Amino acid sequence: MVDFAGWEMPVQYRSIIEEHKAVRSAAGLFDVSHMGEVDVEGAGAQAFLNQLVTNDVFSLYPGRVLYSPMCRPDGGVVDDLLVYMREPNRYFLCINASNIDKDLAWMREQAAGFDVTINDRSNDYALLAVQGPRAETIVQSLTGAKLPILRYYHFQEGTVAGVQCMISRTGYTGEDGFELYHASADAPALSEALLRAGEPFGLELAGLGARDSLRLEAGYPLYGHELNDDLSPIAAGLGWTVKFKKPDGFNGSESLAAEKQNPDRRRVVYFRTGDRRIVRPDTVVQDASGADVGTVLSGTLSPILGEAIGSAVVPSTAVQNGLHVDIRGKSFTLHLVKPPFVELKKSS
Amino acid sequence: MSEIPADRRYAKSHEWVLNSEDGVVTVGISDYAQESLGDITYVEVPGVGDTLSAGDVFGVVESVKAASDLYAPVAGEVVAVNEALDAAPETVNQSPYGDGWIMKLKVSDPTEIDALLDDAAYAAEVA
Repeated sequence: MVDFAGWEMPVQYRSIIEEHKAVRSAAGLFDVSHMGEVDVEGAGAQAFLNQLVTNDVFSLYPGRVLYSPMCRPDGGVVDDLLVYMREPNRYFLCINASNIDKDLAWMREQAAGFDVTINDRSNDYALLAVQGPRAETIVQSLTGAKLPILRYYHFQEGTVAGVQCMISRTGYTGEDGFELYHASADAPALSEALLRAGEPFGLELAGLGARDSLRLEAGYPLYGHELNDDLSPIAAGLGWTVKFKKPDGFNGSESLAAEKQNPDRRRVVYFRTGDRRIVRPDTVVQDASGADVGTVLSGTLSPILGEAIGSAVVPSTAVQNGLHVDIRGKSFTLHLVKPPFVELKKSS
Repeated sequence: MSEIPADRRYAKSHEWVLNSEDGVVTVGISDYAQESLGDITYVEVPGVGDTLSAGDVFGVVESVKAASDLYAPVAGEVVAVNEALDAAPETVNQSPYGDGWIMKLKVSDPTEIDALLDDAAYAAEVA
């Protein structure tokens, strides 16, 4: 168990690699109750959120989920989050556990002038994620909700094993799956029901370690690594989440537009090395001439590929210039890859 | 509770030494060490013929969590390394005292072996 943002959480239950493989081949159950939840409601909620985040909240409709960075005016990222539209004027956010206090302070400050209420619901909700190709079969066995017609990045209210849930077809593994928001008191009953229902289908408990290697294999950013106060969504390769054409502008729009025009801007790249030695975060990245040009942000061994994968930040101009790292005196070329590193079978 | 066989000696840095009578010892890492490291992803072994002093770094065991140096528990010349670990480093997790051995050393001074911890002393060390 490790301390994570004040939560005592398992890095692994059995083996990070075995849990990872179970999610890719069958299913995994993650307890991600540490994530923060926030209700944003009121006549001004939509306009407020559209100013707050870089993606287009006007594209939502009830039952739709949106991923977005939340930037400061200088383009740095306060957090990345999911926006759920429950109904007009009622939205729900899922935010990173380590950022809850910072996010709430930021949102309340930004809410000035908007007709909106912001309520921290983080302690009211527990969150269980069932992820993997067998996730639909497992969750369907416990619910009357019609999961085959619940599309990726959509959600609905329903009961799972008799527990009232927000059933969200989302996840952080690159596999099909569900995230089930429910009252904290119901978490033990729901997790036991899911484990029982999942056992015949190979469902395994999966910890923080597998969650990290799965998200990296899928090429998803992790706040504090590929996104942070100093690394913008443009740098992180998340330009698709920044909707410059939103008519009323948004926090960071000008800085991010300027950054996009800068040919020498920093860029997050994903790499594999062809070797099993893990390239650890903070490892220096050098170019062909041996000059230090960047830093590794995330690194692990891909359990599926059997080789080291990771991400690094380098100037755009250095990307084609023989990037390599040194591990214990031996040089390894970074082979750049457009993620995902493995073929993913997300629901569409 | 990790397994600590009584047939061998241990270093505080969690390597074990199994003495056979011909002056060659087998070296690996303890069950406690492999359990603490978690999934082992890579083992860097020394070169056959390398000469090591007691306390020298002779290799690295990497897991998803961390990379840890391996220290020679006794001085000697490397006479064999476990090449199977290259393709299957998880063998160290599965069989730390058997197939997961790391190297064999021709010891220079057998009294160094006696100076290492016995199973009871090592058990106290990791308790």
